[in-house]
Amino acid sequence: MSMDIFLQNVANSITLGSLYALIAIGYTMVYGIIRLINFAHADLLMVASYIAFYGILVFTLPWYWAFIIAVVLTTIMGVSIEKVAYRPLRTAPRISVLISAIGVSFLLQNVAIVVIGARPKPFPRPEQLVWNINMGDISFLSLTILIPIVTFILLLLVMFLVKKTKMGIAMRAVSRDFETASLMSVDVNKVISTTFMIGSALAGVGGIMWSMQYPQVDPLMGLFPGIKCFIAAVMGGIGSIPGAMIGGFVLGICEIMIVAFLPALSGYRDAFAFVILILILLFRPGGILGENTVEKV
Amino acid sequence: MDDKKQIKFILNIAVLALICVFLWWGNDNLSSFYIRILNLSAIFVILGISMNLVLGFTGMFSLGHSGFMCIGAYVASILTMSPASKEIIYFMEPITPILAQIQWPIFPAIIMAGVVAALFGFLVGIPALRLRDDYLAIATLGFAEIIRIIVTNTITITNGALGLKNIPSVKSMWVYWGIAIITIIILKKIVNSSWGYSFKAIRDNEIAAEAMGINLFSHKLLSFSIGAFFAGIAGALMAFLITSVDPTMFRFTFTFQILLIVVLGGMGSLTGSVISAVAITILMEVLRVVEEPINFFGLLQIPGLPGMRMVIFALGLLLVILYYRQGLMGTREFNWDYILNKIDSFRKRGASM
Amino acid sequence: MLGIKKRYITIVALIVAVSMFAVGCGGGAEQGADTDKEQAADVIKIGVYEPLTGTNAAGGQMTVEGIELANKLYPEVLGKKVELFIVDNKSEKQEAANAVERLIGKEKVNVIIGSYGSSLAMAGGPVALDAKVPVIGCSPTNPAVTLDNDFYFRVCFIDPFQGTVMSNYATGQLGAKTAAIIQDVQQDYSVGLSSYFEKAFKATNGDTAIVAKVNYNTGDKDFSAQLTEVKSKNPDVIFAPGNFLECGILVAKARELGINVPILGGDTWEAEEFLNQVTQYKDIYFSTHFTAEEPVTQVSTTFLDEFKNEYPDKEVNAFAALGFDTYILALDAMERAGSADSQAIRDALAETKDFQGATGIITLDINGDATKTAVIKKVADGKFVYETKVDPQ
Repeated sequence: MSMDIFLQNVANSITLGSLYALIAIGYTMVYGIIRLINFAHADLLMVASYIAFYGILVFTLPWYWAFIIAVVLTTIMGVSIEKVAYRPLRTAPRISVLISAIGVSFLLQNVAIVVIGARPKPFPRPEQLVWNINMGDISFLSLTILIPIVTFILLLLVMFLVKKTKMGIAMRAVSRDFETASLMSVDVNKVISTTFMIGSALAGVGGIMWSMQYPQVDPLMGLFPGIKCFIAAVMGGIGSIPGAMIGGFVLGICEIMIVAFLPALSGYRDAFAFVILILILLFRPGGILGENTVEKV
Repeated sequence: MDDKKQIKFILNIAVLALICVFLWWGNDNLSSFYIRILNLSAIFVILGISMNLVLGFTGMFSLGHSGFMCIGAYVASILTMSPASKEIIYFMEPITPILAQIQWPIFPAIIMAGVVAALFGFLVGIPALRLRDDYLAIATLGFAEIIRIIVTNTITITNGALGLKNIPSVKSMWVYWGIAIITIIILKKIVNSSWGYSFKAIRDNEIAAEAMGINLFSHKLLSFSIGAFFAGIAGALMAFLITSVDPTMFRFTFTFQILLIVVLGGMGSLTGSVISAVAITILMEVLRVVEEPINFFGLLQIPGLPGMRMVIFALGLLLVILYYRQGLMGTREFNWDYILNKIDSFRKRGASM
Repeated sequence: MLGIKKRYITIVALIVAVSMFAVGCGGGAEQGADTDKEQAADVIKIGVYEPLTGTNAAGGQMTVEGIELANKLYPEVLGKKVELFIVDNKSEKQEAANAVERLIGKEKVNVIIGSYGSSLAMAGGPVALDAKVPVIGCSPTNPAVTLDNDFYFRVCFIDPFQGTVMSNYATGQLGAKTAAIIQDVQQDYSVGLSSYFEKAFKATNGDTAIVAKVNYNTGDKDFSAQLTEVKSKNPDVIFAPGNFLECGILVAKARELGINVPILGGDTWEAEEFLNQVTQYKDIYFSTHFTAEEPVTQVSTTFLDEFKNEYPDKEVNAFAALGFDTYILALDAMERAGSADSQAIRDALAETKDFQGATGIITLDINGDATKTAVIKKVADGKFVYETKVDPQ
């Protein structure tokens, strides 16, 4: 493999990895707080993309307004989903909440099919954000630089929130021990709502970035990235925010490099992601950065 | 007491006889549309109760059912297709010579499908069942997808994405409902055996169950493999019903449909799963009306809304899980005692008047 | 307080659900009444089963647009009104079989049209064969669909023909000596076309002519690794048949990565969704069925004009055209048979020769497959532009 092909693969890995990382952060936050695989998280990507799509093309808003509105609406939606579908099940078995999450995801997809239709739509890329960069034989989109920067800024922001603010301390308390936290007069509902707010906002940004990179929106677009990013979150150590970032990058790099070095196995690429997931779950359930804790009685 | 046992035995026989009469009558008199829907419901009954054994009775949230179905369907198809059609169907790359000449009758193939699926269930279970709850869910979902991706890529065995066709067609309700009823009886026996009690103990409290001397892992593995066995059988039946298979049939979204059946019927109730499997399969057809164009007396024309059925089912799933978590039957089962007692008390009341 | 609120929500939800159901049923009942009335007036029923939801929904919806357009233009045959029954098969095989069974058993249709997606067609086929109702496929291209099924016909080409046509075009017109293949391992269409392209290309250019063959899965969005691999092998052309959904992104990505060799594909690319992705690029060629510049038949012109009238904001696509053709072929067969009896329609269909469709002059061979002219188009100036025609041998 020549040097420029290798560098091209590196550029590809960074783009894919940072997208995975961005979405995985949302998963990991929600999981960290209420131990729930939020299947609906992936569909929020789709919601955000459609809102941005309609904002730009139908309401002819400037792209930044469309993006801001999309993120805000997605955030509201995420928080309402938690209120309606997860909060009543706070004391129910974990399986019930998981089924509820699957139900919400199912509902969002099908409502989108009924209301918007199943035909994919081209996502309008703002010219100010997307252009081609050529460096010798390597070429990539400006997004290859933009997405990691956005991911990194958001990561720092979320880390700051969690580590330094009062709300962040409350979040960590709730994730450690639900009941004790509430006894210590932490408003658990408010903390969970805030977590969903941040997670959904990240899903909103992630959805828009995803649609700019792969400019096509359809009702089932969240299905695959959703599962991949959850895998990334688990790899990094679910519940750990820097872990999600690392997991996203590791998965992205692995996926690109397996095709690069073993092109004959490219058909098995998705299986490969699941194999990593299962190996991590079995041998290092805490993930790369997570703590290996024994579940309490 | 003995008297009651006898009555129950007679009642059971009577119900079975009634079902036989219905099947005998239905096979000749129902249109093939209704027969197909009923046969499909029988398959969903098997899928529903076998998933319920794993999820509702043993408390393991496995999302791998579609993968085991996939194995069952492929095993049954490859074993029963005629060598001549194998030669035509595998036109991209010929089938491996070992499988090319095999042609089994239907029933051994169905059993084999179950056995191979159970074997895979066993192999998948050994690592996966060390996990719990959502980790187990995502790991089994992963295994199901891995199985499907392998099936897609091993062209000389499965014909890859092109799928298989000309699988022998089975139309008789006897086969589908016969196997469904046998499955119900076997699972009922298992649930009421000491295994069944161990499963339920594990579901309710793993640590307590372990303290009682139940070997957690081997019981979990047992339940999981039995579930995989029946999923494989259901997959085989699906192949004979549709007469063609391909890997995209067995996406993980298919497992969600079975999950819908189990949740609506009640996690931990075989009766509930049977009822909801039949009801959902039939409703899926009945609800087609909501997708048709609606015409309000020629004044207002609303175009058809494809996808509305699934919206209704998704809403149904959410409403049940949020407001009526036990589902249709909870953990209750259909029981003659209950009916006999009702009749008894009714009779007594009649006598006292 | 909370209890009351909860109950309130439940009641509202129930009312919503029930009213939705009631509206549906009401509509259904009314529909049923209509049907009964028309039964008396004697209508001819054509059933359509297409994936309107699920993973194949886009293709199904486009096909139905073409069928509905044809129905609007030609609402009558044999002096009777034609009524369409369109049912969704959810992109699932068991639903496809149910749908065909329903069309035959419940709606009592005379002939069936469908389905996008060969695997769905293969699920529906045996049902129709048992009931002896003919089916005309619009776009299932897997050769196995019509195999051993005397009641299944289709108006599209099959994979071997298209794969070979593109290989010949690559060698002859584009002067390619080496090629790379990028295929979707989950799509029979993609795998089938690739396989025949590979065979034909190797036959003319030698066994080492295929320098790379890489795979992806339906639903993938990231093709950078596969394309980088292809780029490193430096082929003269790339053959990448598949869904327009994935291929649009794939082809655009190839250009972004600086791969400037011609990229070839199949008829699925004749779709607005594909064009939208690749509009600023060139040297993208694909085989398809018709063209506006040089209409293959008179019917093509009619179709193109009427499509523009009916759906002014949509681009013409191959699936709509194929849907259109299945409908008019069904009508034509009934006229030739002089009856709407299913067996008679089948026999007439089997004898179809030089039928003028929107997608070309169609002759059905002994398997029920269409042999017809392929058109090769390219993307230029943000449009699909006619390149050349290839006649079948």
